[in-house]
Amino acid sequence: MRARHWIVMVTAGVAGFAVVALAIALVVAPQQTERTTGIAAIGGPFTLVDDTGATVTEKTLAGKPYAIYFGYTYCPEVCPTTLFDLSRWIKELGPDADKLNYVFVTIDPERDTPKLMRAYLSSFDKRIRGFTGTPEQIATIAKEYRVYYRKIPTSDGSYLMDHSAMIYLMDARGKFDTIIAYQEKDTTALAKLRKLVAMAPTS
Amino acid sequence: MRSLYTLAFVAVLVVFASGVPARAGGPSTITVEQPWARATPAGAMTGAVYMTLQNKSDSPDRLAAASSDVAAKVQIHQMAVVNGVMQMRQLVNGLSIPASGSVTLKPGSYHVMLIGLKKQLIAGETIPLTLTFAKAGNISVTVPIQAMGSNPSGKGGMGKMEMK
Repeated sequence: MRARHWIVMVTAGVAGFAVVALAIALVVAPQQTERTTGIAAIGGPFTLVDDTGATVTEKTLAGKPYAIYFGYTYCPEVCPTTLFDLSRWIKELGPDADKLNYVFVTIDPERDTPKLMRAYLSSFDKRIRGFTGTPEQIATIAKEYRVYYRKIPTSDGSYLMDHSAMIYLMDARGKFDTIIAYQEKDTTALAKLRKLVAMAPTS
Repeated sequence: MRSLYTLAFVAVLVVFASGVPARAGGPSTITVEQPWARATPAGAMTGAVYMTLQNKSDSPDRLAAASSDVAAKVQIHQMAVVNGVMQMRQLVNGLSIPASGSVTLKPGSYHVMLIGLKKQLIAGETIPLTLTFAKAGNISVTVPIQAMGSNPSGKGGMGKMEMK
């Protein structure tokens, strides 16, 4: 009876270890591979327009590490919550916040005009800039950042968007550092942003 | 037992504070508890309303449709974040409420989505909302608007309370 008990315990232990190992392999390993191979797996050149209508490229963001988030203004919950959280964290960073760039890129360029992006972002920290573009330009940057997005039709002939809901943190050369997940704890999100601040070139 | 009474009392207070359901022809079998909407950013065309729907009858009911003066269209949606991807779906057939049970609409789950907002939702203000149920008919509620980032559905487990 006792031996059987031990077998159950050991089996459960091995199974538990396997689950954890698999989770680590799935979550951590791909990121490490990206870093060690030196290939810029996430990020790349782009041409878009900002919320004033001016053309912007990857060079616009160069020189400062940046936080980049993909969403859309018709998004009722995830996007305003993320931009609200990001605004709180920016405030929390204090003067260091100016060492980073912050960008909200729409994955719904058909509805999100520069004017609408500008109005929308006026409700958040002023340092968050809005980028939009043609559907092709958005497809290009989304592919580079491995952002998933898809139109979901609704009964009234309109549509909703499924989309990746994380913030990408990139260094001053546009190299991927890490992500902040949706509704990540303030403590870990701020630690990641502070690490990014520390990566900012001293001038 | 006493805490149950307190909870019930608070629930009643909340319902009264946030607008008593209009009852046309007899007591409704559905009660709408703790409705709230989130404040929206400037220029936003959509907003979300959350609440708990209690079904006191011994047969299931269904939230079939909704309407509001502040939105061109109102739909019932389910959202979830799956593997880092936000997924949102329209519940074309509405939202079922089990017999003698409840369903909570809350962030990260079900919501009533306001589409084509005619005004920005400002914290502290209220909006009218009419819910149409398959059996209980129309129920109109006044929905208070909470600040962005707030989540009354998550407080004190009120929103998760299951009554049998």
